[in-house]
Amino acid sequence: MDMDSLDIRRTRPAKSNLITPLRETASQTAGPYVHIGCLPNSVGVKGIYSNDLISNRLLADAPITISGKVFEGEGIVCRDMMLEFWQADERGSYDNGIWQRTSTNLETGLFSIKTQMPGKISTAEGCVLAPFISVWITARGLNLGILTRIYFPEHENVITQDPHMALVPESRRSTLLAQPLDGGYRFDIHLQGAAETVFFDV
Amino acid sequence: MENSNQSISKRNYATQPKANYPDYRSTVLRHQKHELVVLPQSIADMTSPVFGHMSLGDKDHDLIINYAPTGKSAIGERISVFGKVLDESGRPVSNALIEVWQANAGGRYRHKNDSYLAPLDPNFGGCGRCLTDSDGNYSFRTIKPGPYPWPNGGNDWRPAHIHFSIFGQAFAQRLITQMYFEGDPHVEICPIVQSIGDARAIEQLVARLDMAQSVPMDLRAYRFDIVLRGPNATMFENN
Repeated sequence: MDMDSLDIRRTRPAKSNLITPLRETASQTAGPYVHIGCLPNSVGVKGIYSNDLISNRLLADAPITISGKVFEGEGIVCRDMMLEFWQADERGSYDNGIWQRTSTNLETGLFSIKTQMPGKISTAEGCVLAPFISVWITARGLNLGILTRIYFPEHENVITQDPHMALVPESRRSTLLAQPLDGGYRFDIHLQGAAETVFFDV
Repeated sequence: MENSNQSISKRNYATQPKANYPDYRSTVLRHQKHELVVLPQSIADMTSPVFGHMSLGDKDHDLIINYAPTGKSAIGERISVFGKVLDESGRPVSNALIEVWQANAGGRYRHKNDSYLAPLDPNFGGCGRCLTDSDGNYSFRTIKPGPYPWPNGGNDWRPAHIHFSIFGQAFAQRLITQMYFEGDPHVEICPIVQSIGDARAIEQLVARLDMAQSVPMDLRAYRFDIVLRGPNATMFENN
């Protein structure tokens, strides 16, 4: 029973929606219209932002191209994915880390980015990690964003010694390797199926 | 915003939605069937792109007017949404980029794939963005979005909601979620919301009417605070 006066009630601040102890806010799907919020110009919503936010900085030199498609179960191509890429620069620096955002083409399902080959980084214990690009994927049907990594086949010697790759079942490691294609790389992502891509919990 | 370069607490999946939730039909063919592979965090996860110095447009945070010709405004209930972004230790997250998007007052998105009967509003685009201040506070103005039907195999209607995308200080904190409105009867019958099994975690997605921040003869305010992961408790105590 609310005993406060009407004057107090009609000017009352809201209580916080948060629970204690503090817990991470629950994720919800980005939905099929994620482009409106994150890449509005790409779907014809012009005039709000002069440009879509597709990178954290201009890359003077972006010699490698990575393209691919995302497949759901039954081999169906997904055309409504948003992908974000976060990687070290060529020297292995995250102070100069490279972030990019794109979506799968609404008709073809293809995505494509141009970037630099990431450099090697080390763990806190000094172990060398093979170069990789983190990929975070959100869309309709994904209640939580999912995280995977792109590795490159020319770093095979480092990958075989990599302490993170050692945690991935051997039979599934190939799902994390980009495939050389036409001077660039192909990286398909399988949400389900025999070739289901490895997704990480960090 | 400085990168924390600090390890982030493990995600607590008890307060997160299930990846596979057949009542939300799109999850059936899209959830991963293998277990996630648990990795130790590396600098890749503890750092994040920094947008604190990005110059936002002066109308980016005002969806009421940011798509409308000068002097015009969007149709709908005028509201502001405000709150604080914290991490799980209670520290404010400053200079965090928040991007929001939503349907118009009739429940229609300005998206080529949305063909709902409700009309587009010529003065409403449906997106906006803002940065948190040094105390983690953010706010934007908009119109209250309408509920709308969606194809999920039945008589499914989304509660009125605003999509939020938030960048923290570590890529492991990256979050996309949806904000709902106090008193909406659709919250408890929406499969997307109910994919979160924890009632209190759902409650945490519900913004509350704040009469203190409401502006007389102008707009009503809703408060929606947001929590991102981390930092790792042990690390935090040591600092």
